[in-house]
Amino acid sequence: MTTSSVCDAAPRHNPQQTAAKLNPLFRMQYEKAQGCYVLLFPEGMIKLNPSAAEILKRVDGSKTETTICQELRAAFPDAPDDLEDDVRAFLIHAEEKKWIRYGDQ
Amino acid sequence: MATNETPNGITPPLWLLAEITYQCPLHCPYCSNPVNMEETHNELSTEHWERVLKQARDMGAVQLGFSGGEPLLRPDLEHLVSYARELGFYTNLITSGIGMTEKRIARLKEAGLDHIQLSFQAANAEVNDLIGNKRHSFEQKLKIAKLVKQYAYPMVLNFCITAQNIHEIEEVMALSEQLNADFVELATVQYYGWAYENREHLLPTSAQLQDAEAKVNRYRAHQAGEGPTFIFVTPDYYETRPKACMNGWGTTFLTITPDGSALPCHSAKILPLTFPNIKNRSLQDIWYNDFSFNHFRGDSWMPLPCKTCDEKEKDFGGCRCQAYLLTGDMYKTDPVCSKSPDHHVMKSITDKAGDKPTKALQYRKVERAIPVKLIPDTTKA
Repeated sequence: MTTSSVCDAAPRHNPQQTAAKLNPLFRMQYEKAQGCYVLLFPEGMIKLNPSAAEILKRVDGSKTETTICQELRAAFPDAPDDLEDDVRAFLIHAEEKKWIRYGDQ
Repeated sequence: MATNETPNGITPPLWLLAEITYQCPLHCPYCSNPVNMEETHNELSTEHWERVLKQARDMGAVQLGFSGGEPLLRPDLEHLVSYARELGFYTNLITSGIGMTEKRIARLKEAGLDHIQLSFQAANAEVNDLIGNKRHSFEQKLKIAKLVKQYAYPMVLNFCITAQNIHEIEEVMALSEQLNADFVELATVQYYGWAYENREHLLPTSAQLQDAEAKVNRYRAHQAGEGPTFIFVTPDYYETRPKACMNGWGTTFLTITPDGSALPCHSAKILPLTFPNIKNRSLQDIWYNDFSFNHFRGDSWMPLPCKTCDEKEKDFGGCRCQAYLLTGDMYKTDPVCSKSPDHHVMKSITDKAGDKPTKALQYRKVERAIPVKLIPDTTKA
């Protein structure tokens, strides 16, 4: 397991222009028995916390990081000021974990 | 149900292994299937399997493996995949690739199959076809690997590593990269079923393992984050702590065998316990109330040194089948553990690795079926 720090990540793409999509190795769905959204992949499962699920629900291949942030801000107007930072940090983490991809990667 | 725990503390099964047939076109001597081969007859019907899938999904199971034997030998496989996918399972097909065709792989895609795990016995035709004891199987596997990618399935390759192929591990990794695998399991065989019978032929030496592991690490370093993810599984015979077998008995995994037996792990039938059958009981009743399923849950069954061990939550006393196979007592600490009074058994086995075998290699064949071994049960219970 690699544990490279978020800060070490090189600029990956232009968040205004490149849409994020779920890696086709993964499938996201709500699991009643777990009481949460999960990411399913060959022989495994990752339980998502509510914030991660809200972000990943919007990763559909058509939205950029900027759009995702705007949508979340609109959906959760009372969210703290650093919501955008949290979203960005999560998306970097998700890309490192190979849950999501950008463009034609 | 809002949480993943029931009032009595038993978690629902997450992983359903559907061993839909023990028939197989290959005859690998490392197979983990039971050596008595009784269940090559008396297989469950399609309706039985539908009921199993429905009940398991209702309980919260989400990962489903279609396995065997060779699951492609069941003509209702596509139907079962489609049914399972509708229920919301993540569907895995665990196959040798023998019997797969482009037509079938397309039909399975349409049915909603999520992932294919393809086994290889080696990275070249000569060794591959010898281990599986079937000609042209390597050629077929290469063809199927290409189709798996062509039809956009995630591809996991599984190489069972034994003394028969461990020296070719670099070749195995190169082939995996060439085939564009996503994940590659370099799984040193665990010794159950046919593999237990053939252990003298299969167990690598400690030097072979160290050499293989070094090669895997070198290869990974040279990959620089590109290409397949390699998972190297060492055999626990050389370890000093046991594996957390099945993530704990009756906590996560549920296996249904071809005849409908429900087991907490695919090899549990060798134990001197009676396991229930889905033909006459619901899965819910089996999972939560069955005597055998409850038998090794928690820690009240544990012997010393497990009972007072601060690592008992980590490995749950190890594997019950291994304790039974190697000590004759399923209640004992897994002898892999260096704290076990039986740990010397491991050394006496591993010291002999690489020696000339005392008996002939047994290929997994129905006509070679071995009656269930009656190891004297030395337990008090």
